[in-house]
Amino acid sequence: MKLKCIALAASVTLATISAAAHAQVSDNAVKIGLLTDMSGAYSDITGQGTVEATKMAIEDFKAQFKPDFAIEIIAADHQNKGDIAANKAREWFDREKVDVITELVTTSTALAVMKVAKEKNKLALISGAASTRITNEDCNDVTVHWTYDTYAVANGTAKAVVQQGGKSWYFITADYAFGHSLEKDSSGVVQANGGKVLGAVRHPFPGSDFSSFLLKAQSSGAQVIGLANAGTDTMNSIKQAAEFGVTPKQSLAGLLMFISDIHALGLKATQNMYLTEGFYWDFNAETRAWSKRYFDRMKKMPTMIQAGMYSAVSHYLKAVKAINSDDTQKVMAQMKKTPVNDFFARNGKIRDDGRMVHDMYLMHVKKPEDSKYAWDYYTVKQTIPAAEAFQPLSASRCPLIRKTAS
Amino acid sequence: MTDFFGIPLPALFGQLVLGLVNGCFYAVLSLGLAVIFGMLNIINFAHGALYMVGAMVAWVLLEYLGLGYWWSLVLAPLTVGLIGIVIERLMLRRLYKLDHLYGLLLTFGLALMIEGLFRDLYGVAGQPYSIPEAFSGAFNLGFMFLPKYRAWVVVASLAVCLGTWYMIEKTRLGAYLRAATENPQLTQAFGINVPLMVMLTYGFGVGLAGLVGVLAAPTSQVGALMGSNLIITVFAVVVIGGMGSILGSVVTGLGLGLIEGLTKVVYPEASATVVFIIMAIVLMVRPSGLFGREK
Repeated sequence: MKLKCIALAASVTLATISAAAHAQVSDNAVKIGLLTDMSGAYSDITGQGTVEATKMAIEDFKAQFKPDFAIEIIAADHQNKGDIAANKAREWFDREKVDVITELVTTSTALAVMKVAKEKNKLALISGAASTRITNEDCNDVTVHWTYDTYAVANGTAKAVVQQGGKSWYFITADYAFGHSLEKDSSGVVQANGGKVLGAVRHPFPGSDFSSFLLKAQSSGAQVIGLANAGTDTMNSIKQAAEFGVTPKQSLAGLLMFISDIHALGLKATQNMYLTEGFYWDFNAETRAWSKRYFDRMKKMPTMIQAGMYSAVSHYLKAVKAINSDDTQKVMAQMKKTPVNDFFARNGKIRDDGRMVHDMYLMHVKKPEDSKYAWDYYTVKQTIPAAEAFQPLSASRCPLIRKTAS
Repeated sequence: MTDFFGIPLPALFGQLVLGLVNGCFYAVLSLGLAVIFGMLNIINFAHGALYMVGAMVAWVLLEYLGLGYWWSLVLAPLTVGLIGIVIERLMLRRLYKLDHLYGLLLTFGLALMIEGLFRDLYGVAGQPYSIPEAFSGAFNLGFMFLPKYRAWVVVASLAVCLGTWYMIEKTRLGAYLRAATENPQLTQAFGINVPLMVMLTYGFGVGLAGLVGVLAAPTSQVGALMGSNLIITVFAVVVIGGMGSILGSVVTGLGLGLIEGLTKVVYPEASATVVFIIMAIVLMVRPSGLFGREK
C-alpha cells in the first residue's frame, strides 16, 4: 500500500513537472512571423525564397527533434516601408501571439521592427537588412543580425579591389540608411588600405536611370566606382555603365551583390567583378546538398539571405527545444551560448551586440567560358575568417558593449 | 567661361542631354495617357504595367523566337495595343458613364495583376536585353559620350510625338476623334462609329506605352517593376501639362526631363521629388495644368 502511494505521488509529481515544462512554451506553440519584401526591388534576393527556406528549417527541425510544441509560420509583405513593417510587427506581437519576427530586408524596416520587438520583449532575427547600425547605434538585446552587414561586404570587396591597385574611389549611393552605411563602411576600408575617396553621389531609391550619376562618377576620374546600392539599382548601374563607356576605362565594384543579380545580368556583364558573400551554394558537399533541395522547390539557387534565414530559424528552434521555453531572454541566452554549426556557418557565434559572426567569402565572378554548369558563377578567392570578417567589438558603438566593457 | 554658377559647363550640358533623353520617355508615355484621357475620360493607371509588357514582349520575342529589336519595335506595340483593345471591350466600356474614379481603380487593379503575373513568372531581377548592333558605340559630343542608342531614342520619340500630333490635329481621322471627344452623341448621329473609335484610341494609347517599353528595354533590366517606378512621374507630367492636352504632355515631358537633369547636377537627392514640387506649384496657380482648358 505504501509503495502504491509513493508510486502515485511520484507519477502525480512527474505529471505536474511535465505539464509545467510544457507550459513554458506559451500556448504550446512557437509562432514565427516572416516580414519581408514579397513584391518589390528585393523580392528576388529574399521574398518567397526566404519563406520556403524557413519552411525547410521547420520541416527539418520537426523531422530531427520531434518537438512536442507546434511551430507555425506567417508571412507578410512590408513593401520596404518602415511604417508598414512596424505596424505589422505590433499587430503580430499583440494579436497573433508571434514569438519572433524574422528576415526584415531593407534597413529602415529592420530598425523599425527592432524597436517594436524591444518594447514588446520579443525576438527579431534579421537576415536581409545590411546596415551596421543594427548592431551599433541601434543595437538591442532582443535582436540578432545573422547573415551579413555592410562592414563585412565592404571589408571583403573594397579591400580586395584596393589591393589590386584600385586606389581612387567614387561612390554611387542609394539615398537611405543602408546606402549611407555601405558608403561609410566602404570609405573606411578604402582609406585604411591606402586608397582615397574622391566623392559620392546619392540617388533616390529605387531608381531606374543611373546615367546622370554615372556621368558624375566618370568625370571624377576615379579608378573605381563603388556601387553602394543593391538589387535592380545595382544591376541597372552596371548595365548603363557599359552603355556609357564608363567601363572598362573605370572599374565597378558592386559592394552588395547576390548570386541572383549575377544570374539576372549574365556573366558577360559581370565577369571579373569581386564581391563578398556569406554563402555560396557550390562551396562544399553540405552546401550543395541543401541548395539542391532548395532548388527543387524554388527552381533557382538560394541567395545568402535565404540560406542564412534557414540557419537562423534552425538555431532559434533548437534553443527553444533545449530550454523548453520560448521566453525571449532565456532563448536569447541559449542562442548566444550555443555555437552555430550547420551548412551555412561553421562555429558561428552570436556576440553581445547581436552580431552573428561567421566566415565570409571573397568571390571572383567567372568568365562565361569558365562556367561549366548552371549557376557555376564564382571562384572563391578567399575565406575571410569570422574574426576578421565583421567589425571588431573594440570599434563597436553599441551601448550594450560599452556597458559590458565599463 | 567654363562654369555656370560653379557648375562645370561640360557636366551641365551632359546632364541636360540625359535629361532630354529621359524627357523623351516621359513625353511619349504621357502622350499615350493624354490621348486616352482626352477621348475616354479614363485615368489609365495600367499604363506603366503595359509599358513593362511592351518590354517583356520584346524580350520574349528575342529569347524564344529569335526575333530582334526591329521586329519588336513593330510587334510589341501591336501586341500591347491588342491587349488594350481586349481590356476596353471587356471592362472599360462599362465604366464610361461613371465617375473617373472607377476607371482609375479598375486600371490600377489591372496594373497590380499584370505586374504580379510577370513577377511570378520572371521575378523582379529582370532580364537582360542587349542594345541592337546598329546602335552600339557612342558619339563624342566633346563634353560627353552620348551612346548612339540614346540618340536614337530621342529621334524615335520625337518622331512618334510629331506623328501623333499630326494625326490628331491635321487628318480626317483626327478630326473625327476630336469631334467624338467634344460631343459623342452628335458625332454618332453623323454616322461615325464612336465606340469603335474609342476602342481603337485606347489600343493606340497603350500601344504607345508598349513602344516606349521596347525603346527602354536595352537601357535597363527588363523586369516586372520597371513600369511602376516610372508611372507616378509620368502622371505628374500629365497633370502639369493639363489632363488630355497632347501638346501639353509632350512639351511638359521634355521640359521636366530637362529640369530633372538640372536637379541631378545641383542636388541629386531631390531629383525624384522635383517633378512633384513643380506639380504642386502648377496646381496652385493653374489647377487645369499649363496647357489644359478650364471646364
